Amino acid sequence: MESFLFYLFSTILLVAATAVITVRHTVRAALSLVLVFFTSAALWVLLEAEFLAVTLVVVYVGAVMVLFLFVVMMIDTNTTVLREGFTKYLPLGVLVAVTMAAEMFLALGSPGFGGMAAPAPHPASYNNVAELGSILYTQYVYPFELASVILLVAIIAAIALTFRRRPGTKYQDPARQVSVRRADCVRLVQMPAARKTPAP
Amino acid sequence: MTFAMLKLAAASPEVLVLVGACAILMVDVFRTQEKNTKKGAEGAVLTYWLSLILLFLGAFVTFLGFGKHTGLALNGYFLKDSLGDLLKLFIYLAAFVTFVYSRDYLRERGLLTGEFFVLALFSVLGMLVLVSASSFLTVFLGLELMSLPLYALIALDRDSATASEAAMKYFVMGAIATGMLLYGMSMLYGATGSLDLGKVSEAVRHGDQKHIVLVFGLVFMVVGVAFKLGAVPFHMWLPDVYQGSPTPVTLFLSAAPKLAAFAMLLRLFMGALEPLAVEWQQMLAILAVLSMAVGNVIAVSQTNLKRMLGYSAIAHVGFLFLGMLATNPQGYSAALFYMITYSLMSLASFGVILLLSRLGFEADRVEDCKGLGERSPWFAAVMAVVMLSMAGVPPFLGFWAKWEVLRTAVDAGHVSLALVAVAFSVIGAWYYLRVIWFMYFEKAQDTAPLVPTVGMGVLLSANALALLYLGLFPSSLMAVCVLVMGAH
Repeated sequence: MESFLFYLFSTILLVAATAVITVRHTVRAALSLVLVFFTSAALWVLLEAEFLAVTLVVVYVGAVMVLFLFVVMMIDTNTTVLREGFTKYLPLGVLVAVTMAAEMFLALGSPGFGGMAAPAPHPASYNNVAELGSILYTQYVYPFELASVILLVAIIAAIALTFRRRPGTKYQDPARQVSVRRADCVRLVQMPAARKTPAP
Repeated sequence: MTFAMLKLAAASPEVLVLVGACAILMVDVFRTQEKNTKKGAEGAVLTYWLSLILLFLGAFVTFLGFGKHTGLALNGYFLKDSLGDLLKLFIYLAAFVTFVYSRDYLRERGLLTGEFFVLALFSVLGMLVLVSASSFLTVFLGLELMSLPLYALIALDRDSATASEAAMKYFVMGAIATGMLLYGMSMLYGATGSLDLGKVSEAVRHGDQKHIVLVFGLVFMVVGVAFKLGAVPFHMWLPDVYQGSPTPVTLFLSAAPKLAAFAMLLRLFMGALEPLAVEWQQMLAILAVLSMAVGNVIAVSQTNLKRMLGYSAIAHVGFLFLGMLATNPQGYSAALFYMITYSLMSLASFGVILLLSRLGFEADRVEDCKGLGERSPWFAAVMAVVMLSMAGVPPFLGFWAKWEVLRTAVDAGHVSLALVAVAFSVIGAWYYLRVIWFMYFEKAQDTAPLVPTVGMGVLLSANALALLYLGLFPSSLMAVCVLVMGAH
């Protein structure tokens, strides 16, 4: 049963991954990528990595891909420019790809990864999240902290590259908008009554 | 597991730099930024001085702990040894010198912002992590932490189209290189069952896995490392990035990250994959010959000084690989000596370009050196020392670096490779000497006076004098290189 599910999900994953790079429509490609993430999550469940699978769905499918779809819809990519020279480079590209695939098949197709037994299945009471939590902050504390620094750098870099205060721009300050009083914007003036000039 | 088991003392410089960089970030955020980003404004002077102090303190702490607390720490993800300490000291030095040289250039262009220094400090932290990496995991994380700020630093000048192009190229190429490296790591992990460099080495030595899978993984790792160091045929990004980046960033790129990438080369090939030395020796030999050939020959026809130095960097990487080929401690220490020498020379050469530049004028063409001998005899002499040293003319330091590498290569029986290296060095000498010719035997096109700040003038002179002094008395630096390799 497990191997049947594995092959089922793997097939879906491969088909979807191929679709990502072959379909013409960018939104369809992005949606295929969602399917890729989802089936990989299913494969991770088969490997008893439930927490990671859920995280993959929540983070990648739920957040990253939605953002990605927004970007795809907002920018107007001219695919004809991107495809320029495609046929010119195709023969060389196919040659390189086929050679590499053949080499990889020869190198890895033979039972090279033998010698390591599959880990024993865990008992039903095994708690994935608790185990992860207990080693993440002990055994892996150094890599974990480093990953957090990388995220901090990403934040700084994004702000440094995009934040620009232009001198001429008009912007609203909500705090000042809320605390506005009548006297700030209405001025009552006394005007002497004037006789309406009769039309000639 | 207790706190003491982490052996945090071994990583005290890293902790200091991390905490310091975060503190400087906060200080910078709470200062008003408005007036600093205008052209000609004072800029983030406080951040600049704090960054220099932090680098000095980091170097001081590393120096105090030199060769102490050696061994694995932080649950085996961190390796403290004197080799790492030496490289770290030179990384601090390179970053320090970069900051001092860059200050005026950045200030004139309104780029002297806190982000420049904070990003550079985080990049330095990544280099420190990479130098001390003892697991594939920390190699990868250190590499990313080093590279991400670099991409942003290149693009920091948003009004420059060439800088954006350079940043994009570097980013895409860097991502491909990281992908290659990770793929290689995953293969080795699959074959050996461990991410720990020591355990991988042990597993490979006992060799109960299929050899071909290991070599397959090794190929991808060589490609990844060659990308980062800019060895031919993975060098395409390097000239464009060197030319397109703002000169201070090129200066930063050309020295400190190279030292860290060299450390990665040592940790991966000398450390984890030494049992496969026969395999990677051949690969590095091909890369070395191609790099020396392409780098030196193409550099001859360059008119842009930064691009020329980029091709010269490619050629120098070829020499570096030649040192690795001996696969013995002598060869590794010769390569280490070469790398340190190159970083010192590179700092001085881009320092002179920064000195010649001013607002609205980038002295990045070879012709811009014309008549420097008349305009400023002292700095022309500085540039001449650097160029002669890069060309490998005695008695400058560059000569000894080339000499050591060639000597170990011949000792290890690679006579033909050494001959090829000498031949291409002779070709390379031409374009270095052309710069000197322009400086002394051509009329100046640009007669604006050179007014370096005191700090830059003193440091640049010291940099060139160091090349001369260490060239006359190379034994001390060489002895240190041999010592840290022997202790390994």
